[in-house]
Amino acid sequence: MTDKRLTEAEVVARLRSGMTIAIGGWGSRRKPMSIVREILRSDLTDLTILSHGGPDLGLLCAAGKVRRAIYAFVALDQQEPGRPPAALLEPHFRKARQAGAIEDEPLDEGMVHLGLQAAAWRVPFLPTRVGLGSDLWRDNPRLATVRSPFGDGEELVAVPAFELDAAICHLNVADERGNAAFLGPDLYWDDLMLQAAPTGGRFISVERVVPTEKLLDAAGGNAQRLRISRMMVDGVVEAPGGAHFTSCEPDYGRDEAFQQDYMAAAKSPEAWEAFRAEWLDIDEREYRAKVEARR
Amino acid sequence: MSSTDLSDLVTRAEVCVVAVAECFRGDGETLCNPIGTIPMIGGRLARAAFEPDLCMTDGEALLIANDEAFDWPGGKVVEYWNPYRSMFDWVWSGRRHVMMGATQVDKYGNQNIAAIGDYARPKVQLLGYRGAPGNTINDPTSYWVPNHSPKVFVEAVDTVCGIGWDKAARLGEAGRFVEIRRVVSNLGVFDFETPDHSMRLRSVHPGVTVDEVVAATGFELVIPDEVPTSRLPTPEELRLIREVIDPAGLREAEVPNP
Repeated sequence: MTDKRLTEAEVVARLRSGMTIAIGGWGSRRKPMSIVREILRSDLTDLTILSHGGPDLGLLCAAGKVRRAIYAFVALDQQEPGRPPAALLEPHFRKARQAGAIEDEPLDEGMVHLGLQAAAWRVPFLPTRVGLGSDLWRDNPRLATVRSPFGDGEELVAVPAFELDAAICHLNVADERGNAAFLGPDLYWDDLMLQAAPTGGRFISVERVVPTEKLLDAAGGNAQRLRISRMMVDGVVEAPGGAHFTSCEPDYGRDEAFQQDYMAAAKSPEAWEAFRAEWLDIDEREYRAKVEARR
Repeated sequence: MSSTDLSDLVTRAEVCVVAVAECFRGDGETLCNPIGTIPMIGGRLARAAFEPDLCMTDGEALLIANDEAFDWPGGKVVEYWNPYRSMFDWVWSGRRHVMMGATQVDKYGNQNIAAIGDYARPKVQLLGYRGAPGNTINDPTSYWVPNHSPKVFVEAVDTVCGIGWDKAARLGEAGRFVEIRRVVSNLGVFDFETPDHSMRLRSVHPGVTVDEVVAATGFELVIPDEVPTSRLPTPEELRLIREVIDPAGLREAEVPNP
């Protein structure tokens, strides 16, 4: 029986500069932030990041790790008491785009789904109507059209399979072999990202690792929540609080105050320098302790 | 209470809520998916007042039957687990009417939420294309603009995320599911019910003149000889908005009363 437990540093040691990496979660929700932080501390560079982007992509841009971004949106979700939910623009991603510092590969959200599914199923593309008539044709040269071979002859968009080198996701609970459960409202595209990535490059972090015999219990007795199989996973990092400052329901919500500090720090190089020194140029253990102390 | 009495008591935000609700009239048993504060209130109003079969989300991963728009102190009445991935099942099968925001919208209803300026190195990077290409090619789409200005209502958008009627026409048969239905702004209501589907002023909100709308629009609108005034909520609709759907009054922060 394979024990796939790794540390964040061991995951990052298996990554290489120039890789294409899918990052799970959604906006500021259930992002594998402890592994992202470890990438920030590493020598890795020149990465292509595929993400339903939030602070994961923002932080990687701020650290100069990103060569190319593949995304449908990049935003920070915000939920303040007494206010409707909002999606804020990601300040570092925005800065990188406006400075021309990164290459850009825009997609529709549904195309991200199809590109992952195509990769997972080992077909070169999947067809859709999505994208016709839009400027995705101007802005994403990887898209092509395909004509239906059937009587209708309809012209459709061919969404190419992503060529991933790695996928990294954060779940609530797993066993040491890589079976895992999501306990929050939504799995997002985590399972598809892990299925679309090649064997050897599929990593998850989790709030806690339990013996396989306890996994179903840890998933509230709901087998329907066990959506990540060990056949999709090569490494498991036990990372309590690993999604901070994004949410990991029901273990914890988003740290809105921290996210506000993050947003504010992006406003000037000096403020960002201070934020980096306090929160990013430290190891994960210290980070966790400081987050605890803020509570 | 007669409607004349109401006109002094109803806020601009509440007129916008009703205008949004009207966009969903006749939609039946489909996913009503308005994005934004006033849109979320307006969608709830449509369902509570005259379109009872609409399905609506909690803004996360559930379809819920509640009339409240943002806060469910008595708990959510859950109809369906609707994770993000399910959204594409609705969108691609033609069972959803979305109301999106628009940083720019043009005379044929093309919409931009991706970037201002040259896309390759934008002056302002926005959200991204998000789901706009897929929404517009598959389903009825409306837009909400809380700050009507020539910067939003532009002759041509910098990046076409949501496709408009002109793009759909060029696609021919492939564009057959496109229906850009309405644009609701803080000044009025707009549709595309013209021979070439260019934007028409459908109504002005009470207290707004046609000239104000024209001045705040960066392209030539189709203006009918008689421009109606956007309708006021009925007393029952006003009660629903104020007491049930949005008791905290979040609508007033999105569109201040003039």
